[in-house]
Amino acid sequence: MSAWREPPRLYFLASRLDLGTTVAATLLALLALVPVYAALTGDVYALTLFTRVLILALAAVSLNLIMGYGGMVSFGHAAYLGIGGYAVGILWKEGFSSGFLQWPVAIGASALFALAIGALSLRTRGVYFLMITLAFAQMIYYVAIGLERYGGDDGLTIRQRSQFGGLIDLDNKTVLYYVCLALLAGSIYLISRLINSRFGLVIQGSRSNDRRMRAIGFPTFRYRLACFVIAGALCGLAGALLANHTNFISPATMFWTRSGDFMVMVVLGGLGTAFGPLIGTVTFLLLEEALSRVTEYSGLILGPLLLLVAIFLHGGIESLLAGLCHGKAP
Amino acid sequence: MSEPLLKVEGLTKRFGGVVAADAIALDIPHGEFHAVIGPNGAGKTTLIGLLAGEIPPHGGSIRFDGRNISALPVHSRSLLGIARSFQITSLFGGFSALDNVALAVQAHAGHSFQFWENARRDDALRKPALEALARVGLDARGDIHIDKLSHGEQRQLEIAMALATKPRLLLLDEPMAGMGPEESGRMVDMLRNLKGSVTILLIEHDMEAVFALADRVTVLVYGRVIACGDPPAVRNDPAVREAYLGEQDVRVHE
Amino acid sequence: MLYFIEQCLNGVQLGMLLFLLAAGLTLIFGIMDLVNLAHGSLYMLGAYFAATFAAATDSFVIGAILALLATFVAGIVLEIIAIRPLYGRNHLDHVLGTFGLLIFFNDLVRLIWGPAGMSLPLPSEMLNAVQILPGVYYPAYRLVIIVVTLAVAALLYVVVMWTRLGMLIRAGASNREMVGALGINIKLLYTLVFGFGAALAGLAGLMQAPILTVQIGMGENILILAFVVIIIGGIGSIRGAFVAAIIVGLIDTLGRAFLPDILRSVLSTNAAITLAPSLSSMSIYMLMAAILVFRPEGLFPAASK
Repeated sequence: MSAWREPPRLYFLASRLDLGTTVAATLLALLALVPVYAALTGDVYALTLFTRVLILALAAVSLNLIMGYGGMVSFGHAAYLGIGGYAVGILWKEGFSSGFLQWPVAIGASALFALAIGALSLRTRGVYFLMITLAFAQMIYYVAIGLERYGGDDGLTIRQRSQFGGLIDLDNKTVLYYVCLALLAGSIYLISRLINSRFGLVIQGSRSNDRRMRAIGFPTFRYRLACFVIAGALCGLAGALLANHTNFISPATMFWTRSGDFMVMVVLGGLGTAFGPLIGTVTFLLLEEALSRVTEYSGLILGPLLLLVAIFLHGGIESLLAGLCHGKAP
Repeated sequence: MSEPLLKVEGLTKRFGGVVAADAIALDIPHGEFHAVIGPNGAGKTTLIGLLAGEIPPHGGSIRFDGRNISALPVHSRSLLGIARSFQITSLFGGFSALDNVALAVQAHAGHSFQFWENARRDDALRKPALEALARVGLDARGDIHIDKLSHGEQRQLEIAMALATKPRLLLLDEPMAGMGPEESGRMVDMLRNLKGSVTILLIEHDMEAVFALADRVTVLVYGRVIACGDPPAVRNDPAVREAYLGEQDVRVHE
Repeated sequence: MLYFIEQCLNGVQLGMLLFLLAAGLTLIFGIMDLVNLAHGSLYMLGAYFAATFAAATDSFVIGAILALLATFVAGIVLEIIAIRPLYGRNHLDHVLGTFGLLIFFNDLVRLIWGPAGMSLPLPSEMLNAVQILPGVYYPAYRLVIIVVTLAVAALLYVVVMWTRLGMLIRAGASNREMVGALGINIKLLYTLVFGFGAALAGLAGLMQAPILTVQIGMGENILILAFVVIIIGGIGSIRGAFVAAIIVGLIDTLGRAFLPDILRSVLSTNAAITLAPSLSSMSIYMLMAAILVFRPEGLFPAASK
């Protein structure tokens, strides 16, 4: 579990960097250049693809907070993506297209749902927690299907992106891209500070040995719940971004297999590491993209690949990189 | 002070058909070093679990400093001043020794809804943690990850964590389990130094240590208190000899 | 009233299907401590096998039997190749690995059988309605489902409680190391249990095929219901799975049948129309939430663990 010490952008040369962080920092730099590449080559698809990568990476970052650092393996995280997205969609449909209203509502609604779900689910652990979060997400999925006015099963086309009164024009693909990148980078930084703060140590300690945490005097439930809410809220923000990016939101965003995708991205990249979720998301989505160009049956390759990762690559890619650096097996 | 720090009355716990605690009564005055001994399966760890709040009792009451704490959860009891060490080492893997103890300090340093400052750089947490480590002789090993500590050092760390919470009552569950003779000796010295400054309830199999340190000893057999008194009295109690000491519970020093 | 009885029977029938799935899941989790997301894939395979074999042999029953065998074998092969390496790992590894299997099977089925679903027609004898009470008629096939599943449940009970294998299963659930130390071939036991669980899933899949569906991804929806069943019933408990499956089946079916009308009498028609489908779907999750608040281990928690 690598503890983040200094933000690499500012103290890049000063701190000792392991291979994982170097790769990740390089990745961020490359990602910053995507719109430039797109402008030069006219490859708009690349811009669209990577915007999606950024948004889903943000969702993965939020899941990593509870799963990687907190040890709360939630199988219902895609629900918050949907809640955030629907907040934007529903508000737009009802005539409120201001981003200044939509985005706080998206975050707030996700936080509220996380509070309710967490309050019930966090009384359980392990496999029970896994399944109860799964079931609650499905519940929200069905609620969305029942929302006839907002498209129901077919989903809702959102014809106008969030308006920020001329300050930020999200209709401009490049602007949207950099907004997503900034939010992603900002979130990674904020979480890295959070994880080493008093709050973060309680969360990590709880993951390591909850019984001992209570024995030394921590009322761990409230801290884990707070963490769960923060993660839900952050994912809600990602949902708002997604709704803007695709101009669309549907219940399918919340189907449980989507939560599975996020878990894969987080584990693939390396649980409980600062850049793991980003690395994992990039890897997973680019792999998916590459495979779909080669074959119509990408699952035949992706599936066994996931199985192999589960069997051999415990700590995900980040541990693989760390291992290469120190000459150890992951 | 007339009121004992810990007053246990009629404490009972059943697990299915097994009575792990049978109407246990215990009075521990402030500052006393009280040992609890008994053969394996006598219910000693259950007693600690009941006192610490992990196990809900079926009957009886626990009063701490005059206050009925029978319904309080584990963390609340810790905040009241009851600290506990575990028989099977229970630390925070993936952290250093200092981190472990600092967490214990943090738990008693107000709420932890603080999201920005790096807690590992917080002197308010690190200094008391270092002091606690020094008390058990581990101050040089603070930055070592606990997986790299020896078994004896981990047992010492257990105590350090309990001490870091500035307890009034220390519940020690076989702190010397698995220790060699040299390490045990160091532990006994450390416990002797603690004596008087904090009230201690010690569960141990090491008879030498028990009789050297304890002001009073309670003997537990099948969940029942069969004797309670100062060491010589207990040593000579016929019921105790028959039930326990007669069996020569030999502690093997690894 | 007749409608009510019919819906109750439908609920029981759905419960029976859920029980078959849940029993396999809970056995596999109880004994091998494995979270198996690919269980729905085996359910899907059962249906596809049955449709294929029934068409090939022109007999529903023969097709069903062959499908059952094929799913059993598929389960065993899967266990040996893909599941064994996952034993003893943490549940996240299980989720990841079996999720990969789920993705794999969806595309495999699409490759072999094509993207359009299949159909499995019922033999003519089973198309009739049977009179079960004076004036009450119920489709024969749905009764068959209930009867077959009850027979399987009884068989399971006998095996688990009265045979040596069952004793090993119960012992394995409570103390893995002991059973291994006794020299029992744990590997074989696990393989058989997994294969058996697969067969149960396949049976559920093929039985529902004539009345519901044979299509890709069909396992994903019902798998969640099966998870809810084992949470409510208590992970590791077959008895719990049985009781919970019936409860879940009844609530889900009766909810969908009667909730819209109940809501309509209480709320405005528009509100009722909007809320009813969602609430019906949500009802079992709300039940699960309620149970977890009061009894986090489920209704019949397995003795150990």
